[in-house]
Amino acid sequence: MWSKDMIMMLVEGTGDTLYMTLMSTLFGYILGLPMGIILTITDKDGIRPHAAVYKVLDFIVNLVRSIPFLILLILVIPLTRAIVGKSYGSTATIVPLVIAAAPFIARMVESSLKEVDKGVIEAAQSMGAGTFTIIWKVLLAEARTSLLVGVTIATGTILGYSAMAGTVGGGGLGDIAIRYGYYRYQSDVMIVTIVILVVLVQILQGLGMMISKKIDRRRA
Amino acid sequence: MEPIIQVEHVSKTFQSTTGPVSALNDVSFTIDKGEIFGIIGLSGAGKSTLVRCLNLLERPTQGDVIVNGSNLCAMTEKQLRESRRKIGMIFQHFNLLMQRNVLDNVCFPMEIAGVSRRKARERALELLRTVGLEDKARSYPVQLSGGQKQRVAIARVLAGDPEILLCDEATSALDPQTTKSILELLQNINRTYGITIVVITHEMSVIQQICNRVVVLDHGELAESGTVEALFRAPKTEAARRLIITGMEQVEQMKGARLIRLTFDNHSSFEPVIGNLVLQYKTPVNIMYANTRDVGGMAQGEMILQLPDGEIGDRMIDYLREKSLGVEVLKDYVE
Repeated sequence: MWSKDMIMMLVEGTGDTLYMTLMSTLFGYILGLPMGIILTITDKDGIRPHAAVYKVLDFIVNLVRSIPFLILLILVIPLTRAIVGKSYGSTATIVPLVIAAAPFIARMVESSLKEVDKGVIEAAQSMGAGTFTIIWKVLLAEARTSLLVGVTIATGTILGYSAMAGTVGGGGLGDIAIRYGYYRYQSDVMIVTIVILVVLVQILQGLGMMISKKIDRRRA
Repeated sequence: MEPIIQVEHVSKTFQSTTGPVSALNDVSFTIDKGEIFGIIGLSGAGKSTLVRCLNLLERPTQGDVIVNGSNLCAMTEKQLRESRRKIGMIFQHFNLLMQRNVLDNVCFPMEIAGVSRRKARERALELLRTVGLEDKARSYPVQLSGGQKQRVAIARVLAGDPEILLCDEATSALDPQTTKSILELLQNINRTYGITIVVITHEMSVIQQICNRVVVLDHGELAESGTVEALFRAPKTEAARRLIITGMEQVEQMKGARLIRLTFDNHSSFEPVIGNLVLQYKTPVNIMYANTRDVGGMAQGEMILQLPDGEIGDRMIDYLREKSLGVEVLKDYVE
């Protein structure tokens, strides 16, 4: 199996997977981070309680999270076409990945931000800090370790989803595993792709945890 | 004296799942500029709610809070934020930013006020010197003791250049020695910068050590107010007695006793009053409790005596009153 073509394909697949994963994580956070912040501050004991906003966002997040990813992948094809111009390939896969990841990220951001000590927020309020200052300098700054652990988890999950996208021509390692490993019974190719995926997850996880530990000042 | 905070008919009701809960009920008092003012009450009396009404972290359901002549309750969100910068607050659990070092914690209020980073750092270092922690500038809160954390919190609050400093149980998490040093620091700040200080506590000793005037809060209502000495000498209400008379619980358990509480200061503590009392009436009295505290450099003491029943006890009370001691009958019946 170790032809030059096969190796090239695996290298390319790894690149595609990383591309999809990292881009989706990035865009997932661009959407999910503000959603998580809004969920945190509009909740009833948040700094800007707003029941209607919270309930609507809460519902949307739950709704999207309850759609199985494979179904979502197919559901959003028209949207994918509108944005990317085609519905297959790794760039196209980013669209459903972002849509699936954003609510999940929002929930993780929300839970990280809610861990921030209410007393510290109160102290900032007593100093006359406005909502934006509290979000930026208290909530995000104090929760940074937990947020980074969240990023690590999100990246791992998106990596898993990206492999699933392979079943509908999504590109990347998942695509290779399904086309060669499953349809053509080349289990060795499948095993190699799985090994690469395992290594990727390990590296991402290790890196994320290392950085989050490094920036945590809460331990002496 | 010029008033700096006027609390006028403030009530606060919280909506809970079991219905409305009243935390404060028609509370009114005035705090003068430059004084150290105490608010004392048992836990659940509404102290924390009341102090949060002073900077509108809690909005009163009814009534007004007037600071420096302007009504906080009538302000826009923006005006309120501006006003809050002049009202500093320190907390029982210090509430420092755990991910920032000491220096950056002190810089925080200046960041909010838009002071340049360089100026803020200079001022922060100066303030850390004031609280005796200049060598901890690069440490993180987790590396500090409770007393040190409270000192950082005090430096941080001073960085905002406040006119008023609210202390919400600021010494309740500290040991007695550290409590004393923090209270001394607060007293210094009051004298040096002329900052009005409001102390919320459940400990009479804290009030005695630094406050000029005090209000007693009981179940959301103002039970009593006055100077600290007057309150210590003759608490008028049951709520005040519970807070002030050390060992009040034991007193309640002492059955069939005629109990009085004596309070005395520097002048009256020279004469061996109790000794003379016993000699004069040739009847022993029982000392149930005695304590002396240093209040602003003056010895202030209290004693709980068990007197004999009948007429001789009455005469003893008169004798003690003549000696210009504070005499208060705690229990006066025979079973």
